[in-house]
Amino acid sequence: MKIQDIKESFFIAAWFILLTFPIMVIQVNPIENIIEWRWWNLILVGAGSFMLSFVWRYLMNRKAGQKRKESEDAEDIPLTQRLLRNPRFFVPALIVLGVFVFAFPFLFSAYQINIMTTALIYVVLGLGLNIVVGLAGLLDLGYVAFYAVGAYSYALLNHHFGLGFWTVLPVGAFMGAMFGVLLGFPVLRLRGDYLAIVTLGFGEIIRLILENWNAFSFGPSGIANIPRPGFFGVDFSLEASSRYLYFLMIAMALFTIFVVNRLQNSRIGRAWIALREDEIACQAMGIDKTKTKLTAFALGATWAGMVGVMFAAKTTFINPASFTFLESAIILSIVVLGGMGSIVGVIIGALVLILLPEYLRAFSEYRMLLFGAIMVIMMVFRPQGIISGVRRTYQFKGKGDKAVKTRETVKQPAPTTDHS
Amino acid sequence: MEPILEVKDLTMDFGGLRALDHLDLEIDRGEIAALIGPNGAGKTTFFNCITGIYIPTRGDVVISPPGKKRERINGLKPNHVTERGMARTFQNIRLFPSMTVLENVMIGRHCRTRSGIAGAVFRGPGTREEEQAVVDKSYEILEKMGLSRFVNELARNLPYGAQRRLEIARAMATEPFLILLDEPAAGMNPQETYELDQLILRIRDEEGISLLLIEHDMQLVMSLSDRIFVMDYGKKIAQGTPEEIKNNPVVIKAYLGEEIDA
Amino acid sequence: MDWEYFFELLLGGLTRGSIYALIALGYTMVYGIIELINFAHGEIYMIGAFTALIAANVLTMLGMNELAVLVLASVVAILYSAAYGFTVEKIAYKPLRQAPRLSPLISAIGMSIFLQNYVLLAQTSDFLPFPSLIPELEFMEPIAHIISSAEVIIILTTAVVMILLTLLIKYTRIGKAMRATAQDRSMAMLVGVNVNRVISTTFVIGSALAAVGGVLIASHIGMINFYIGFIAGIKAFTAAVLGGIGSIPGAVLGGMVLGWTESFATGYVSSDYEDVFAFALLVIILIFRPAGILGRSTTQKV
Repeated sequence: MKIQDIKESFFIAAWFILLTFPIMVIQVNPIENIIEWRWWNLILVGAGSFMLSFVWRYLMNRKAGQKRKESEDAEDIPLTQRLLRNPRFFVPALIVLGVFVFAFPFLFSAYQINIMTTALIYVVLGLGLNIVVGLAGLLDLGYVAFYAVGAYSYALLNHHFGLGFWTVLPVGAFMGAMFGVLLGFPVLRLRGDYLAIVTLGFGEIIRLILENWNAFSFGPSGIANIPRPGFFGVDFSLEASSRYLYFLMIAMALFTIFVVNRLQNSRIGRAWIALREDEIACQAMGIDKTKTKLTAFALGATWAGMVGVMFAAKTTFINPASFTFLESAIILSIVVLGGMGSIVGVIIGALVLILLPEYLRAFSEYRMLLFGAIMVIMMVFRPQGIISGVRRTYQFKGKGDKAVKTRETVKQPAPTTDHS
Repeated sequence: MEPILEVKDLTMDFGGLRALDHLDLEIDRGEIAALIGPNGAGKTTFFNCITGIYIPTRGDVVISPPGKKRERINGLKPNHVTERGMARTFQNIRLFPSMTVLENVMIGRHCRTRSGIAGAVFRGPGTREEEQAVVDKSYEILEKMGLSRFVNELARNLPYGAQRRLEIARAMATEPFLILLDEPAAGMNPQETYELDQLILRIRDEEGISLLLIEHDMQLVMSLSDRIFVMDYGKKIAQGTPEEIKNNPVVIKAYLGEEIDA
Repeated sequence: MDWEYFFELLLGGLTRGSIYALIALGYTMVYGIIELINFAHGEIYMIGAFTALIAANVLTMLGMNELAVLVLASVVAILYSAAYGFTVEKIAYKPLRQAPRLSPLISAIGMSIFLQNYVLLAQTSDFLPFPSLIPELEFMEPIAHIISSAEVIIILTTAVVMILLTLLIKYTRIGKAMRATAQDRSMAMLVGVNVNRVISTTFVIGSALAAVGGVLIASHIGMINFYIGFIAGIKAFTAAVLGGIGSIPGAVLGGMVLGWTESFATGYVSSDYEDVFAFALLVIILIFRPAGILGRSTTQKV
């Protein structure tokens, strides 16, 4: 530790003390005309920023070092991926995980089961958004709108026509896809950052319409008494019903993982990634830009629509407040934390970000603060997320000795979009 | 000789600036042609206009792919131009940097394959066969281009010369009848340039693909080309065999200050 | 036609538009220089308003007179917003200068969420009453039913700020450096412009302008909370895009057009959908004329 660094950190701490002084220290109560001085916060900010500045500097140096290393040594595969690839580790881990997943609802209370079900909903949402953002490189900030479309499809179809969960589930997915195409079509010509802001605008418009068009959506008061999913007409106790929902959600998550994985490793998935990497080259290679973007948008929205139905059935009550921009931001931070383009990463990201605040109660207040910080920190230090995507390699027929090692994984660097 | 690409009266205006000025050009089947001219003469704009990246202000671009109908293609989107058999590379290499070398070439096969969403999800025998064919064909192209030892490397980790060759490999994967190369030798050392020379000849002779290249390396241009077009200020100022071009006073004037080292 | 109502809406729109324009300038300047939608800009504006509120309360309790409170609170707010803008750039954007375009955008969204919740946690989620700092002008009495003193001051302040900013960019050294950096960053660097300093200055100026907007609107409306930055930010961004992002007169024009659209749409159509009009305008503009009213459409270089 150099004396120079300590000096610099002192300066940084002083700067942050000064910067946060009015907001952290002074608390005014204009109604009763009282001012509260919270000097303790001053010390917290000072000490906190002093220490964080060391962490920051360390990470910065490491990042600079890594960049140099990477060009020399491209074969370096991170530990997590080596573990994931090694069957001696992978198979038992999968079995343990499977047993745990199955036993979970019988070991824990209904409350815990509900939390886990919620986390699984976010797994599916994260995987859906991952198609759009992680694979195709389209920053969709209005993703929650498709979730709302699914939830309201079930609530309204049930309210007006008495349609059941199982009937509406595919309808919700279909509606999500339809809205994806509908909203996607006009916006896909736009450049990356404009696309982000337009999707944000669309998301808000849909929420505001749901809030204000009382005759259609029952406004801010929402729709209550949405039935839970049925199971051949069996009546469940509340506890059994949350177990049932949990298993449904597990099935849904597995289904999503299966399909998204297949899509990712297909001709279409490759086109998405190419599009993310370089739009102009992609078109010059004969890929229809609009069509490819549209499939990504629609296939991403499908999952939100489907799981929206599930959400309505789980909570039995929905209103527009569940579908704000913050929700989109949460889903985005799941994808960012987990690793854009990585399925395992997104699953872990969703579980961490949804379960952690639930179990660490003291934490939950700071949830959104943390989400914001995660997005910044991940982008600055580890844009590829905690688990970077696995790039498939291929086997060649009849090439004998020339056949290259099969299914080797290559470290996938941060996704790149157009540099223009 | 039958022309496979005919460009007539091609004009491109950017606001008040005329980047291409009533340009005429023809490429014959099996020909290696070169487009030369000082910097800013409009050579890359010409490529962009005939491949659908820009829509030309006026003029016609007509292709006659071997064994297919004659067709006017200006106004088509870039992907449709590629589908019809005209592929290109870029002056400032545009690979997919975080995809592997093989995957880069597999992207080139996209427009020659058909499997869709259902195929991807169910992965039936048809899709699997198609995927395997894509992999095999792509590998074959990489072998021809001398890139097979890089298959699973990320494109951005490749040496510069190999990146240029990968761009050509990717273009070949789209099964073109004509490849447009935008400064393929830029930044290459003499050895690499010589290899490129041989490679381009092989592409023409073994694959039967015609080529049109923009190039500043006059030695390469003179040794490769059957025909040379010279552009200056958006206009075609000369065309002919390397011998004719070398002795053309108009060309020498346009290049005044720039050496022709041939 | 009720002309008085019409003028009320016209002037109301002008007032709103002025505020949007003040915030939009920050978006436009930053976008002009580093091509980033600075999502956290709305939060800088919100922090400006909060700092002004806190300063005003403290100063009032110290027994200062109204005018001194107004001036000092504004100055504190401007300084603090500028400092926040500066810090945000150093933490969230500067390390990402070379990164792919999506990265700084996500970082900006994260910063925006972070700052919102920072104020929420350190202060309160409730709406706080903002002291009416802007004095009532006596000579305004006769037309007070159409336009209030506060509105006049908002419009005038905006006009003065615009003129000063235009002069700054046109004639000062740093203004020239800013224009050079916006044109071509690496070229500017080659001819000796300190690009890092130019970018920092841009954030500082943009943030200071947002603080001016924050103080003005807060004392006009009289209520603030941690969430005002989000909506205002999106609307100001709409204004910036409307006028042509990167263009300073465009930001002003866009602000006015948006202000009037909202004012007339809520006045004549329905007030339920106030925000929908703004978002719809944003979507329509971006889809049909992404270069904005004053912007030139550029052909992407290949």
